[in-house]
Amino acid sequence: MSDLIPDPTAPLTPSGNLRRRQIVSRITEGGATAAAVIALAALVVVLWTVIARGAPAISFDFLFKGYPQGVGPMLLGTIAISIYATLIAMPIGVLVALYISEYSGAKGARTLKLILDLLNGLPSIILGLFAFIFIVAAQEKQTAFAGAVALAIIELPLIARGSQEVLQLVPKHLREASDALGVARWRAVLTVVLPTAIGGIVTSTVLAVARAAGETAPLILTTSNFDPKSFSVNPFEALPNVPTWIYKVSEEGSDAGYAEAWGMALVLVFIILVTSLGARALLARSKRKLSSS
Amino acid sequence: MNSRLDLARSEDLAPEGEQVPSRVRVQPPTVPGPTVSAAPTGLTETTAEFQPLVAPELVFDSREVSIFYGAKQALAGVNLGIRRCQITALIGPSGCGKTTFLRSLNRMNDPVPGFRIEGQILYHGHDVYGSNVDRVEVRRRIGMVFQKPNPFPKSIYDNVAWAPRNLGLRRGLDERVEAALRGAALWDEVKDRLKDSALGLSGGQQQRLCIARAIAIEPDVLLLDEPASALDPIATAAIEELMHGLKGRFTIVIVTHNMQQAARVADRTAFFSLETAGPKPVGTLIEVDETEKIFGDPRDPRTRDYVSGRFG
Repeated sequence: MSDLIPDPTAPLTPSGNLRRRQIVSRITEGGATAAAVIALAALVVVLWTVIARGAPAISFDFLFKGYPQGVGPMLLGTIAISIYATLIAMPIGVLVALYISEYSGAKGARTLKLILDLLNGLPSIILGLFAFIFIVAAQEKQTAFAGAVALAIIELPLIARGSQEVLQLVPKHLREASDALGVARWRAVLTVVLPTAIGGIVTSTVLAVARAAGETAPLILTTSNFDPKSFSVNPFEALPNVPTWIYKVSEEGSDAGYAEAWGMALVLVFIILVTSLGARALLARSKRKLSSS
Repeated sequence: MNSRLDLARSEDLAPEGEQVPSRVRVQPPTVPGPTVSAAPTGLTETTAEFQPLVAPELVFDSREVSIFYGAKQALAGVNLGIRRCQITALIGPSGCGKTTFLRSLNRMNDPVPGFRIEGQILYHGHDVYGSNVDRVEVRRRIGMVFQKPNPFPKSIYDNVAWAPRNLGLRRGLDERVEAALRGAALWDEVKDRLKDSALGLSGGQQQRLCIARAIAIEPDVLLLDEPASALDPIATAAIEELMHGLKGRFTIVIVTHNMQQAARVADRTAFFSLETAGPKPVGTLIEVDETEKIFGDPRDPRTRDYVSGRFG
């Protein structure tokens, strides 16, 4: 007992087990720092490789011409499929978010959030298989629409959860104010709550698009058998798209194929990075705006 | 919505100096709002047997009202009449149930988990909690201003115009907004920046904007829940002056912690307190009377102790 209680008049240097605790503390700190450095290094290495190998392939022809000079149709197709997916996922996602934040009550909200998180955790190949069996196999035809449905299922939980979080940041007193004016709740939701949260809803959607744009597995099953020369946005045929084309040309095993794959990888990474970073910045801004008011 | 009625009523709120005779509603409205005859979803005649008992000047008649939150009783046996076009102040110590009572008058407590009310609150003879009553319609006629100013994150104009727009009162919207802002003594300060965000206003201006927003739809009653407690003395004085201006046009019920405020603005004052006789303290109405009587010569010793500052 007396060992543990230091003599208050002793010099203020480490006593007891403080020295040992300091060593353990340094080791822990060093380990955590090293782990962080490794994680960052992985990102840097991947990005650097993509940039170093992809950059030589990038040219005007590569970006805007059709096969075999460039990958314009794939870029156009990826943009089109992402838009179709978002057109399906955004209205549903926002309505789900509204249901959770305005109508469901605490218990329903917990259940729904759990379901959305589970949906978010589903492997994309399973969603691809779902779209393949129920749309592609049923029609006996690959379509961009089938791919868009699979991507929409990937986007849905991201949009719904993101929007719901922003909606719940909208101060309660605004809803109370509109209640006290004798205006029906849905009008308040439409004209006060939604406009206040719109910034966050848009950014959640952009983040979801960035995530879905790079998904490959569902597209291989639903829209991989396409004509790489045709610039098309027709949702009822298989559309060229970047992820499956990367997969295809890498599989060829030729140097030209690899170079093309790296070029497209760079374009895809660039698009995704720019959209997610931009969206995150916007989201942070609108959250700040909401919490300050 | 009946356009003739709308026009007639928007003149009620006309700017200072115009339509002076019609500003004060002289006729005791057995029909309280413009929507009663038009809207079948309005308050219905569920309490016909009580109606003759209601004195004509009473807007609210609360009868043996007890309020519970789950197992906890917040208020017991409140009998309180609120008179037309007067200001009634509810005063009392914290936790005595005065805000609970106020929020029950326009059913703002309905979403509170476990909220339950016993007894009756009659509004112009209609049971506010009657089975056919739509609470949106209740709040259409009984407006409320809250303790913390809560303007919408919209422009000043859109804040005031929001409820009229959503209630279909689009005709003469500009005039309506101006009249409401004048009514809330805010027009001169904001007339040159109606398109600016309401969040840029000072706290006192925001609260007056909230009052303008509430009176823009010409409610019958205004409930004010400590409207000045978050404001500095100058803004508070502005709100009190505004209340005097609103008195002839609206029935006002105000909850306040500030006894001087009650003494300054209210015609009648109701004193609530915690009744500690039972096993658990419960809010009760101790005394209600003319304000001078409550502050000068109250009947109940508990009221006297409270208003003279001797309350523990």
